[in-house]
Amino acid sequence: MINAVGRDIPEEIIKATGMQPFAGAYARHNMTYKKDAPVVRAVIDPKEDKMLPSIKDALVKCGIKDGMTLSFHHHFREGDYVVNMVMEEVHKMGIKDITICASSLGKAHNPLLPMIEDGTITNIQSSGVRGKIGEAISTGKLKGLAIMRSHGGRVRAIESGDVHIDIAFIGAPTCDKYGNMRANGGKSDCGVLSYAYVDAQYADKVVAVTDTLVPYPNLPCSISQVNVDYVVEVDEIGNPAKIATGAAKPTTDVRKIMMADYCTQFVINTPYFKNGFSYQTGVGGASIASTISLGKIMKERGIKMGLGLGGIAGPMCKLLEEGLIEKLVDTQDFDLTAIESVAHNPNHFEITGSEYANPMNKGAYVNQLDFVILASLEVDVNFNCNVVVGSDGMITGAQGGHPDTAAGAKCTIVIAPLLQGRIPAICDECTAITTPGETVDVVITDYGIAINPRRQDLIECMKGTKLPICTIEELRDLAYSIVGKPDPVKFGDRVVGVIESRDGTIIDVVRQIKDYEWDD
Amino acid sequence: MNPNLNRLRRSMMFLNAQKPSLIKDPYIYKPDSIMLDLEDAVAENQKDAARYSLYHALKEIDYRGVERVVRINGLETAHWKEDVRVCVAGRCDSIRISKTESAADVLAVEAEMRKAEEEFGVEHGSILIMAALESTKGVLAAREICEASPLLFGIALSGGDYTKDLQTSISGTGVEFAWARGYMVNAARCAGKQVFDTVFTNLDDMEGFRKETEMIKTMGFDGKSIVNPRQIAVCHEVFTPTEKEIIKAEKIVKEVDEKKAMGIGVFTVDGKMIDIAFYPGAKRTIELAKAAGVYEGDL
Amino acid sequence: MEVKITAMAGTLESSDCQVTVEPGTGLDLSIESSVINQYGKAIKKTVLETLERLEVKDAKVTLVDKGALDCTLKARVEGAVFRASGYTEDDICAGKKLPWGGAIQ
Repeated sequence: MINAVGRDIPEEIIKATGMQPFAGAYARHNMTYKKDAPVVRAVIDPKEDKMLPSIKDALVKCGIKDGMTLSFHHHFREGDYVVNMVMEEVHKMGIKDITICASSLGKAHNPLLPMIEDGTITNIQSSGVRGKIGEAISTGKLKGLAIMRSHGGRVRAIESGDVHIDIAFIGAPTCDKYGNMRANGGKSDCGVLSYAYVDAQYADKVVAVTDTLVPYPNLPCSISQVNVDYVVEVDEIGNPAKIATGAAKPTTDVRKIMMADYCTQFVINTPYFKNGFSYQTGVGGASIASTISLGKIMKERGIKMGLGLGGIAGPMCKLLEEGLIEKLVDTQDFDLTAIESVAHNPNHFEITGSEYANPMNKGAYVNQLDFVILASLEVDVNFNCNVVVGSDGMITGAQGGHPDTAAGAKCTIVIAPLLQGRIPAICDECTAITTPGETVDVVITDYGIAINPRRQDLIECMKGTKLPICTIEELRDLAYSIVGKPDPVKFGDRVVGVIESRDGTIIDVVRQIKDYEWDD
Repeated sequence: MNPNLNRLRRSMMFLNAQKPSLIKDPYIYKPDSIMLDLEDAVAENQKDAARYSLYHALKEIDYRGVERVVRINGLETAHWKEDVRVCVAGRCDSIRISKTESAADVLAVEAEMRKAEEEFGVEHGSILIMAALESTKGVLAAREICEASPLLFGIALSGGDYTKDLQTSISGTGVEFAWARGYMVNAARCAGKQVFDTVFTNLDDMEGFRKETEMIKTMGFDGKSIVNPRQIAVCHEVFTPTEKEIIKAEKIVKEVDEKKAMGIGVFTVDGKMIDIAFYPGAKRTIELAKAAGVYEGDL
Repeated sequence: MEVKITAMAGTLESSDCQVTVEPGTGLDLSIESSVINQYGKAIKKTVLETLERLEVKDAKVTLVDKGALDCTLKARVEGAVFRASGYTEDDICAGKKLPWGGAIQ
């Protein structure tokens, strides 16, 4: 069945998953539904000790068995030890057929590969995957179906009961003996625990895993004792060097700086750039550079940002300190400056994943965004974006908040260099679609800027500026004239993954990769 | 006359001709010229490989109006004659002679170009020459070099080798280059040629780069050699005329053009008589302003 | 041209490709590329056309591509073939002229 972004969703996948094909970014507005609820255990007896000596004990206490769904958060990014630690115990116990429901997985989780191969793990639900797990999924090693969800989409899936978590393991930089978790003050600080909040609320069993046990009560906490069954203290929950990097040096890559300048010029020439505007950006070189150049112009013109949202890095914190941002609202921290800031700056707030991006609550923060600055692996001529599947067909990225912020923001800007080696970023058709083009307004490349024709207002705004505005077809033609028109990747027949739209419909599927075959 | 003779050359960016990632789209950075290097940047055992790479780049990459200068190996090496052949066969815009020390050097290259032009059916005069002066001998011969050939559009100082020859080193103050710079500007202007300054290699010192560029602009240089795209915007900024300069230049050009059309030989701007000698400078100011995208008038 | 010795040109850097040419019987071409899915056919076509222009009929040609454009693919194949056929830089400096615009285009 052809969905609203023109992708063919096989009937058998619709049947097997019970999901509907994507019908448009706002098609489920006003939909009513009943929320799921966990089966929880009452802790009435004050003598109960929630502390357990090991992960294994926690698994046993939680009644681990074949076919269960375990959940994890990704606030420790590539420095995470918790997923591997828990899954190694599960593996040793000979448990099979586990579904991993993680807010994201990365290269840090390459050690899960043998567990995918031997059937310990048969389903993966994540924002995305990189490294060996991505390869395992793309090459058909995972028995079940991988489901890729945006950050907001994951919260929706859990709250609506599309996925029910049996046991949530929540890595906590600090925790007390009764389960109050904070993301600061420990050895492996990650700043916030935004994405783990929904797990704590909706999982049947919740286990806190910490390497820094602190005196009771650990306040103010991100996750409260009332949702926590057990606490396990381990040596290390993560590698601090990989959880948060030091302040990144601003890029010296002129191409990125050029795209950043285009981006800033675009932003300031829209009507949304006025006192109190709201803004979200990423951590790529161009994003950081555009934050810096935007800050300069804000200072010159005396314009303040009312809300800075999302994943936060040093440059945004600096603007907060300089009084150029009123409030930073944070769901993830990318460097030590951000972690420091959320812990100490009273105008830097932690929010939950639902508050951030869940499309099915009564209004997420993303809906209040004026601007979001995003990146993309590919953008097609209809402005659809792909941030999950590499141009070679391999799953190698994550949705993150991409579709959520794009759908929410008044002005969604995607920055992508026109060519990555020989691969054109602007193409006839994306290898996969993660973010519908109806939510993407502008694509900025090193060769020119294309505005979505749906946004005649923005096209009008840019008249009279010196920005190199062109059509997206012109960008594609330019790319093809340099590198040649790419052949579409030839996939196998088996569907190995579903790219879920944030509202729970299927925006695309990912098929098994196939060895390249010469025609002759 | 080849229209490239007097084209704008504020920035000339050096690129190793044999590095695919460098030569594929340097026009993105909008330098006025790129210099595809067959000489120092290319290892001795890759001289042949660099030529194949250069040839296809010249033939197949659309550099979008950026001047394609090729630096050939020195005349003291055995490589340069084949370098000239590939430059002509590939129809580059200009050939940069390294380590030029005399008018004879220029003529030797021109003679080799003529042979290649006949071989490949390329019109003589369509490919220009520039000369890099890299020694005291070369600098002292600046005048005869400038006057050696009508195909030669300009000379460039190559500072590294020159300071070695002087038995000094690059100090950062510019004092070691003071004489060469002054002399070369005079020699070039005297012969009606362009003149380009040496590279500034400390990429982290953008303030130093800006100051040096401001200085050489004031001295009369047309442009500067660039080693990294980071330097291009600053260089162009320095060479961008101020609003006041543009307004004045515009008045001069308009006044002279109008009066000349009427057959009048006396020109006045803002009530003051001006000399016709201001005209070329004013034209150049307008051109610089156009290149920088700051001129919105009708000239 | 006759491939007399084994020769190589190019690097494994991004946007480059490394070509090895060895003496052989018939044309034995092997291609490995980071962009094989999208450009496998195009690469093969370019390489075969280049070898044909150079009149290479007997050789083992191995190409490891890192996303090189056509101009680079050609340059590297030519580089390896000429080196393998007695056009070293020494030969060229001694006056052996390369067929620019002829076999090289």
